[in-house]
Amino acid sequence: MDVLLAARYQMAVSFIFHIVFACIGMAMPWLMFIAEYKWIKTGNEAYITLAKAWSRGVAIFFAVGAVSGTVLSFELGLLWPKFMEHAGPIIGMPFSWEGTAFFLEAIALGIFLYGWNRVNKWVHLVSGLVVGIAGVFSGIIVVSANAWMNSPSGFDWVNGQAINIDPLKAMFNKAWFQQALHMTIAAFASTCFAVAGIHALLYIRHRDREIHAKAHRIALTIGAVAAILQPISGDISAKNVAKYQPAKLAAMESLFKTSKPAPMIIGGIPDTATQEVKHAIRIPKLLSFLAHGNFDAEVTGLDKFDKSEWPPVPIVHFAFQIMVLMGMIMALTGALHMLFLIKWKENSNKNWWLKWVAWVTPAGFIAVEAGWIVTEVGRQPWIIYGIMKTSESVTPMPGIQYSFYLVTFIYLCLSFMVFWLMKRQINSLHAETQYVKQND
Amino acid sequence: MTETIIAILGISLLLYVLLGGADFGAGIIEIAAGRKGMGTVSKAIAPVWEANHIWIILAVVILFNGFPLAYTVMSTYLHIPLLLALIGIIIRGTAFSFRYYDISGGNVHNYYSWFFRISSILTPFFLGIILGAIILGDIPSSTNGTFYDIFMRPWLNFFSLSTGVFLTLLFGWIASVYLIGEAEDNTFPLFSRISVSFLIAIVLSGGLVFMAAEIKGIGIFRKFLDSPLSIACVVMATVMIPLLLKNISKRNILNTRLLAGAITGCILVGWFAVQFPVLIFRADGNHLTVWNSQAPPATMYYLMIALVFGVFIILPAFAYLFRVFKFSKNSSKKM
Repeated sequence: MDVLLAARYQMAVSFIFHIVFACIGMAMPWLMFIAEYKWIKTGNEAYITLAKAWSRGVAIFFAVGAVSGTVLSFELGLLWPKFMEHAGPIIGMPFSWEGTAFFLEAIALGIFLYGWNRVNKWVHLVSGLVVGIAGVFSGIIVVSANAWMNSPSGFDWVNGQAINIDPLKAMFNKAWFQQALHMTIAAFASTCFAVAGIHALLYIRHRDREIHAKAHRIALTIGAVAAILQPISGDISAKNVAKYQPAKLAAMESLFKTSKPAPMIIGGIPDTATQEVKHAIRIPKLLSFLAHGNFDAEVTGLDKFDKSEWPPVPIVHFAFQIMVLMGMIMALTGALHMLFLIKWKENSNKNWWLKWVAWVTPAGFIAVEAGWIVTEVGRQPWIIYGIMKTSESVTPMPGIQYSFYLVTFIYLCLSFMVFWLMKRQINSLHAETQYVKQND
Repeated sequence: MTETIIAILGISLLLYVLLGGADFGAGIIEIAAGRKGMGTVSKAIAPVWEANHIWIILAVVILFNGFPLAYTVMSTYLHIPLLLALIGIIIRGTAFSFRYYDISGGNVHNYYSWFFRISSILTPFFLGIILGAIILGDIPSSTNGTFYDIFMRPWLNFFSLSTGVFLTLLFGWIASVYLIGEAEDNTFPLFSRISVSFLIAIVLSGGLVFMAAEIKGIGIFRKFLDSPLSIACVVMATVMIPLLLKNISKRNILNTRLLAGAITGCILVGWFAVQFPVLIFRADGNHLTVWNSQAPPATMYYLMIALVFGVFIILPAFAYLFRVFKFSKNSSKKM
């Protein structure tokens, strides 16, 4: 395995691992906050039990997210030193803001997790809110740094050096808003659907437990709103990508030839050698409309780019299809949930519905991973789009495959541990409350 | 501008050594204290370790935003010790929170504890090695050469190993002083005994660092003698040691912590006085200084604003966190 490939794999593994915890860190504090707020308002003990149970989960997720995020901040330099040498001064500023947000998050989380009996309940509640706000803020900021890699601005590139650096312009680049919006909604949708799914499953198994009904409803309602909004944000993103990163859009759609009008290619197997997509469904003119808002618009295909500048088309294409499919499943599930809140209320407690929601548990995280694969693999071979190639920025140190194996091994073990721990937490939740019940 | 940023970098390093150091050190102390000290360690660091840990993230961010060349050189030539320190950071953090939050029962808690303890040594040791490497100046300026010469020798040497040992013991000692204040009556004698042994060990390993420097011919000792600030720091630290011992035996927690903080501060400032303005010493004499590796003015300007603003938000929040958990009347109460 050559150094470039090993470094890319290691980065990918680190991101794939971290992003799950980052999403949970953005969305989960809001769920704890809502549960505690409901407890203060209603006095119903189920809500405080729920807030505490969720906060134990958050403690574990946050710790893993914090350390895997630290690893990433070093890995940027360990694997891509040339990139960081140039990108650091341009796009480092958002990270310095993120540092502040992260501090606030960790401090407020410390108070939330350990301060149940130490601070007054309103201070406690507010600390939960601070965790939520700081988490979302740091997410947005980090995504804006990634958006800069896709849509670099705020500097002039002269003879391999960045001059006239403007950090503000770099941060508020042309992709930051679309990406930050899409990711923030995604974090809520994925986390809330996962939480709702787990509680739905538990509710099927423990029908006497009010807590799961409540948990499932809170999480799914927020998740539903996010999932219904997400296609709109996706559309905004797609139009932005079509305009500023046409090669990525062409790879997402496997559009080998520039077309006017361009069809939407759904599914299929793209073959880069023959430049054909086999077994695909084609909807005439739809891509022109989705990319440019006009059924007859021209959409740039991969033929406008030198083959050395093509991203790996099949990976980007498949990942995109998976993301959209998962998004649609979630949006439909969300819409049904909303319907059941307003009309046909009896359905939301039916076994078939709870089972369905349980099946959808991983959909959001699958979509998030797939979406990031579209963003990152779709930008290849560039690390800074149009400016610096990934291969130019890789570390000169040989033997990166060994660190890739090591990091992968550690993250696999940690993933396994986290699953196992969550299972133990959930089992203990039942043991605990059943015990309380007998004492009542 | 640059001075302000460097000052904040220095403060975050100091706070990382004091606060993050206490947390890492707690794992080291647990090895010395055994089962008896475990409860105190868990209770003492649980609410604060994540906030404490962020000081190093801040230092890294300042480095890659404000001094990108220094960050790049470090992460290229000191890749291996950085990776090992990172692995320590991952394992320590996760093992600790697993131990704290996992429901009790089963053998698995023993494993958490051992992962926690061993990784608590790993990170300070390799951070110390990195520190030694940037002081020593064996870091090459290009990657022409053998793997060993370029990626190993700059940090795998007697001097860097001695700074690794020194930093590990320093972290352990800071933790022991911190834990004295957290200990219950029955564990207090244990922690004060450990604290005194660690103090002796640091003084010895400090001597080892100077000796290694002389053997390597980098003459840190002479540089120390040439700098009035460094000498002042050494004198002050030495004077404070007996005071510290007295306060430990009187079990005056606040004074003990302040003195230990001041001694650590003296060590860092003393080093700083010798090091400044160089960030990384290089083999060809082409050292990376604060001035020649800094980012363009626009970047430094925005970085400074972000940092100053951040400090005004972070420090009060930090003070509140510590007031709730460390200085309130019921801080020794079981959570």
